[in-house]
Amino acid sequence: MKFAVKALSSGKARAGVVHLGSCPSSIETPCLLLSTRKGLPIFISPDLLSSLPSPDSNLLQFSPLHFSEGPSPKTISSIGGLHQMVGLHEYGFAAVARDSIQCLPECGSTNKTGASFETPCGRRLIKPVEYMEMITSMKPNLWATLADEVPAWANNKRNKTSVDRTVKWLDECIARSPAGGAVFGSIVGGSNIEERKRCAQEVAVRNVSGYWIGGFGLGESMEERPSLLNAVTDNLPKDWPRMICGLGLPEEVLQGVAAGVDLFDSAYIYHLTIGGFALTFPLDRTEKIDYNYQLSDQGSDRTKINLRATVYRKDATPIVEDCCCYTCQNHTKAYINHLLNVHEMLAQILLEIHNTHHYLGFFRSIREAIKEGCFEQFQKKFVQSRREHLAADVVSV
Amino acid sequence: MALRFEVLGRFNRARAAQLTLPHFACQTPLFMPVGTQGIFYTQWHFAYIFQVSLLHLADITEKGVTFQSPVDGKPMLLTPEESIQIQNRIGADIIMALDDVVRTTITGPRIEEAMYRTLRWVDRCIAAHKRPHEQNLFGIVQGGLDPVLRYAIGGLAGGEDKDSFWRVVAQCTAALPEDKPRYVMGVGYPLDIVVCSALGADMYDCVYPTRTARFGTALVPEGVLKLKHNAMVNDTRPIDPTCACMVCKNYTRAYIHCLVTKDAMGSQLLSYHNLYYMLQLSRNLHSSIVEGRFVCDFLQKMFPKGDVPEWVCNAMDVAGIDISSCCSS
Repeated sequence: MKFAVKALSSGKARAGVVHLGSCPSSIETPCLLLSTRKGLPIFISPDLLSSLPSPDSNLLQFSPLHFSEGPSPKTISSIGGLHQMVGLHEYGFAAVARDSIQCLPECGSTNKTGASFETPCGRRLIKPVEYMEMITSMKPNLWATLADEVPAWANNKRNKTSVDRTVKWLDECIARSPAGGAVFGSIVGGSNIEERKRCAQEVAVRNVSGYWIGGFGLGESMEERPSLLNAVTDNLPKDWPRMICGLGLPEEVLQGVAAGVDLFDSAYIYHLTIGGFALTFPLDRTEKIDYNYQLSDQGSDRTKINLRATVYRKDATPIVEDCCCYTCQNHTKAYINHLLNVHEMLAQILLEIHNTHHYLGFFRSIREAIKEGCFEQFQKKFVQSRREHLAADVVSV
Repeated sequence: MALRFEVLGRFNRARAAQLTLPHFACQTPLFMPVGTQGIFYTQWHFAYIFQVSLLHLADITEKGVTFQSPVDGKPMLLTPEESIQIQNRIGADIIMALDDVVRTTITGPRIEEAMYRTLRWVDRCIAAHKRPHEQNLFGIVQGGLDPVLRYAIGGLAGGEDKDSFWRVVAQCTAALPEDKPRYVMGVGYPLDIVVCSALGADMYDCVYPTRTARFGTALVPEGVLKLKHNAMVNDTRPIDPTCACMVCKNYTRAYIHCLVTKDAMGSQLLSYHNLYYMLQLSRNLHSSIVEGRFVCDFLQKMFPKGDVPEWVCNAMDVAGIDISSCCSS
């Protein structure tokens, strides 16, 4: 894996380029890692995956725990690794034990032998040895070391233990590191600035290719997050990539970018999709804020629309008028409304395609803003315009 | 007429033909994937056939059928005229007349009533059809299993035994005009399609391939493969090594096993393979009829021990096809 910072905005946001062996093209950062279940998107079939913008959509994230009841590491090795097993040879895979959708850290059951997660197959404890066995058989392009993540309300003692443990496991994972595949050292520290700093400093001196920032999206508030993020990134070398889990919403992603994070996972697309929502927030950065926007009273705002709403029953227009995703090019809001009403899975497939496409567009806007040196204004304007609509909402009711 | 049906080859009663529709040209025998509620496989190009599939038949009168709306449960009356009107608006290449469908397992005067009423309704459908040059109206013949009343091929695939089933199909194909396609609705299993094609039917539809996919079952030349089975957990072979579909070219049984019944993607991949399998079966039937080597290959793969079911042997007898090389007895 190769990574290079190409541009900086006036703060700490940076635009970069990451190159992975299996991907034919380099991928620009900040970028989104697409969520998968067992290596394939949750709904988008493999043949429709290529309709998403490339190479933006070529980075996928999975958890080795997805396979805890699946083919054995030996079988996966004999198939040739994850890329072979899921038939996506020209994609990049990032392996992280935590999956913000379905492998959630369960710190109560984590102990000195391993990390505990709530998974669809029940609670699983995974030890560094087992974790590395799976990593070795799957051969992801990059992988995060096993971490002990605690929620924001963990007490200081537990938090300190999690830092010590995470660093210890990092060393154990590195010792068993397979050839090929970039190691991302995991950094935790909960909502304690000092512990965050301590962990980052410890990991920064290890022999890793990048950093995975864990423990976010587990109860910390929007207000306290920037200082916690900065406590980490201020203590990391600038030239290595930083990946994070748990910052899903657009505003949260912007916080991560502002702190100098390069790679993001997100459960946002999944939750929108299963809720029947489609993203509609404007991606055009020059668009003026429209104060006269008429709010529908059916759970729509300028961010997204709820396609289950009866107001869309006869709406023969695409979700977003000039969107060039497969869904908007081929189908209407009325059709998706119908699919949702009759409980057809095609609804989720079409929505996941559109929502992914749209969110990738958001990341593209972020990169453009950084390259033009105006990311800070971009972030401010974005957050402000969303708040203004909520305020207008309150007034109009 | 908005279709052209050109027979390219025969094998006794079996026909291999070219069917040209307004939006599509295809070859028969043809399996058509069923898209309930308007869903068709997004990447494949199909001419659309529309059928009114009545879920809960509440009441049938001369006027039409009253049934429960699947959306809100309210009673709805569907008349022959209205069903044609809806289908005219949807624009499918093939539309179906509204029939008075009865279960083939019932007996008595109801069968005769259904048959005559269906005929009257077909006339009303023909009169109401506003787009005869763009959409083809298919008549459905009813009449239960009574050989005297039967002319056509609807109302089967509903639980009758195989022996009665093939006899009805045989009688219908013998009586229906040669120069028009015969569509056996709701059929079915690959073996049933082979037998019906041997007897002179051309088009089929069924939920079976996609429904069985949702339960983790794949269609293969030997019959079925249950991907849910524990034996699959480390099996690194493709579902069917002879299949050229995207799924068999890219995925192992082991991987599909870990998906099925747990992740939507499992149903998707298996549905894809199963539909591909059915279309490949159609293609093979067409070319094997044209090349004069029909049926035996298929039966030998499905019944390697020669235990071909008796109803199949009887049907092939009537179809005039010699399958002695496939049977052990």
